[in-house]
This record gives sequence, structure tokens and C-alpha cells, in this order.
Amino acid sequence: MQASELYSITLACLTAVAAGLIGSFALMKRMSLAGDVVSHIALPGLGLALVFRINPLIGACATLLLGTFLIWYLQRRGTFTTDVAIGVIFTAALAIGTLVTPSEDLIEALFGGFQSLTLGWFLLGVIAVASVIAFVWGFRHKLIVGLFSTELAAATGIRVSRVDLCYLLMFSLTVLLGLRFLGALLVGALIIVPAAVGRQLTHTLGAFLTVSSVAGVLSVLIGFLVSRYYPAIRIGSVTLHLALGPAIISAATLLFLLSLLRKKI
Amino acid sequence: MSEIKGIGIRSQFSFQFELKQSWPEPMNLLQVRNLSVRIENKTILENINFELGAGERLVILGPNAAGKTVLLKTLLNLFPYSGEIVWADVRLGYVPQKIDPERHLPITYKDLLKSKCKILNVSAVRIPEISESVGLTKAELETPVGHLSGGQFQRGLIGFALIGDPQVLLLDEPTASIDEPGEEHIYNLIHRLQDRYNLAVIAVSHDLSFIYRYATKVLCLNKQGLCVGAPQEVLAPEILSKLYGEPVSYYHHDHTTHPAEH
Repeated sequence: MQASELYSITLACLTAVAAGLIGSFALMKRMSLAGDVVSHIALPGLGLALVFRINPLIGACATLLLGTFLIWYLQRRGTFTTDVAIGVIFTAALAIGTLVTPSEDLIEALFGGFQSLTLGWFLLGVIAVASVIAFVWGFRHKLIVGLFSTELAAATGIRVSRVDLCYLLMFSLTVLLGLRFLGALLVGALIIVPAAVGRQLTHTLGAFLTVSSVAGVLSVLIGFLVSRYYPAIRIGSVTLHLALGPAIISAATLLFLLSLLRKKI
Repeated sequence: MSEIKGIGIRSQFSFQFELKQSWPEPMNLLQVRNLSVRIENKTILENINFELGAGERLVILGPNAAGKTVLLKTLLNLFPYSGEIVWADVRLGYVPQKIDPERHLPITYKDLLKSKCKILNVSAVRIPEISESVGLTKAELETPVGHLSGGQFQRGLIGFALIGDPQVLLLDEPTASIDEPGEEHIYNLIHRLQDRYNLAVIAVSHDLSFIYRYATKVLCLNKQGLCVGAPQEVLAPEILSKLYGEPVSYYHHDHTTHPAEH
């Protein structure tokens, strides 16, 4: 394995840790679908950046930031309902993103792929992951009280809307980290599916966060190994093409199905 | 060491409290003047005036949609208002009426009390004492909040409010949750906590028997403060019918002394 490949897979695993933490809180905040909206908003930016030959991550970052503030504003006004957001923002972002993305890049923008990393990008990625983890750790008490009741949190002196904005920004940062190898359509799943595994298997907050992160890392590792060593599997007359992004999310889904075998009390 | 210090502070408090009670005009913990609240161009509260003295139990009474909860939250500085709300240098504890946590939320009252300690930057050593004082067992403290009964849940909320050593407790409809047989009634619990922690209380309620048994002062509310005074004076049938817009009366057979008469 080359150094650049090693950087790439290491950063993917670290991203899975961040996604597990952020996803656990998304599940508890009942905003797992709002997360999908955030990730889809990255697509038009990604496409436009490809058209104008800028770094795609910068384009995605710009529209993500826009989307984050939009969702925060709607949430704050109390008019935010996930089904409306799904119906409008999500599909519009997907349509516009597909329109502007050059067709040869479209599959990768939607479903991700394996790209090797330079040391500089790797270090930048590590810093991003570290800030997501530091946020969850540093804000955990405020997040916990806010989850229980925003009103009680406000009465305790927590600036709820500011904490919400920080959380959404960290959510978007996690999406941005995952976008590189999972694409706009699948990155939301890395945030939600491992967290769903965590919730299925645990009863305490600490265990929930840990299991979600571990499930995320396992999914990435299984997906990476399968797509690297068995890129195409023939089952009878059907050939399964196991590209990295779909392989990771399939692995996560498999873990979720296995977790369902354990009966929740 | 910190325990001893804590007791010292508390006894000093009760000393001050007695002194204040014997003064002709006790210093107020809270002074509200000409308070009005408008939310989205709708007047919710208009020209409210009242005060809260040390050790008092003020009950805010009124029909549905009278603005009782809004008044409580405005006192907590959760809504913009015009007029004056002047708190003495006191810490507040808030017990909301109803929270509907997700059943599978893996969060316990132990987590919540600990988190509040961290947020307020106070020591967590008093958590066992506070949970004991609201009647929450160790097992209940470690049960996810969504699995607790209504009564246990409410005790936990009161415990959460007591973290940070408040001097005033604000409760929204404390008698709304259902008590289980064998559990201490919520009136008695609040009363006991008030004595133990030397608290003044502001409670929203439309439970007239709660007011008769418990309040030292009543604020009748129907957007405007209709009256403020002792329960016996305030709960006259004509005021109640004005408040609720229909003849209402509450027959109270006064055989025993109740807290309002002390």
C-alpha cells in the first residue's frame, strides 16, 4: 500500500469516528433526515466547482455553508419540518446539482470513489476530524441538556440557537469529509446508519457514541477491503460492482440488519 | 469540609430570612412593574404588577391561554418584554410543565444532573442528596428518562431545577402529573423542599385546592393581572367568575389551619 493510499484510508476511518459521534446526536435530535438535506446541498457546489475547475471541495464547502445557515434559520424560526425540507431543498439540490455537474464526473460526485491523498490534505482532514470530536466532547453537557428540552436548556443559561448552529456546522464539516469517498448521495448514510446500529445495541449515552463510531469505522474498513480485493463479484449471471462508496454503505447496512437480531428491551 | 461550609451558609440564610420576616416591609426577591409581553404582534400579557417576598409561595391562577406559562418564562428571561422585571441577586430553578422525551433517548437523570453541574460549574457532590430530597431512588436516577413514570419524571425535573442551589423555584402546573399510590403528593414535596432549602416559590396552577392548601399569595391572570392578594381574599366567587367568564365557585370548608394562614 502506498503512503497516499494509507492517508486516504486512515482519514476515511477517522471520518467514520466523527460521523458516528455527530450521527448519534442527529438521531437523538430526530434530525436524521435533515442531515440528508445538508449532504445533498453539497452537490450543486461540487458540480459548479468542477465546471469552473476549482477544487470541488471548495465548491461543496460553499453551498454546504449556505445550506447549513438556511436549515439553522428555518429551525430557529420554528417553521422547519423535515418532510417539507426533504420535498423541496433535497430534491432541488439533487436536480440542480445533476444539471451542472459534468456527466463524466457525475457518478463520482454522487457515489464517491477512491482518491489518494497528499500529506497536506491528509493533515487538513485530520484537523477537521479533530475539531468535530473536540466539539462533541466540549459541548456534550450542553448538547445533552438541549436534547432533553431546549426550553430547560435556555433556562439553564445555554444559548441554544448558538449551540445548534455550531452543531450544524460540525455536521456539515463531517459531510464534507465524507463527500470525498462517499459522494453526495451516500455520505448521509455514514452519519445515520452506524448511529442506528449504536442505538439498537446500547442503553447508555457513552456506549451509544462508542458503538456508533466503531460501527462506522468497521463499515469503512469492510467496504474498503471488499472493493479493493473483490471489485466485481459474479453471482450466477449477475455481476456486482463493488465501488468503494456503495460497498461501505452496504457494509453499514449489513451491520444494521445484524443489530436488529438483538432484541431491544 | 465543603459540607460544613454548606451548612454554615444555609443557617446564615435562615437567620437572614427570620430577620426579614420581622421587618415591616420585607425586601422583595422580585418586583414586576407594568409588564407587557407581545409575541408576533399579539398581546399575551398586559400591565402586570406584583412582587415576591422571601419565603413566599405565589400561585399564578388563570384559565387556559391566559398567559400563565408565558409569564413564567418571561420571568426567566426567555421572552422579550416591556416594563420592569427586577430580581434581587437570586438564582432561579425552573420546573417546566411537560417535556416529552423520546422513549429511546439513552439519557438518564444522572446524566442530566451531572451535565447541569458542569454547565453551571458547580460540584457534583450534592447530586445524591438532591435526588434523595426529591424522592428519586438510585435505580430511577440511572433509568433512561423515557422509561420513568410521570411522577418519577416530575421529581427528576424538580431535582434538575435544584442543582445550582436556587433561592426561587418556578413551577409550571406542578400538580398536572399523575401521582402513583404510595408516593408523596407533589404539594408536600414542594413544601418540604421549601423548608429544607429555604426557597421562595412561584407556581402556575389552575388547581384551586392547591392554591388554598399551599399559596400565601395569588395572582389572578387573564392577560391582565386581575388581582393580587391572599387566597381567601382573591378567590371570591365574583373574581373567579370574572377570571373564567362564567360563574365558578370554590367552597372551602375551613376546619383546619393551612399554610396561607401562618
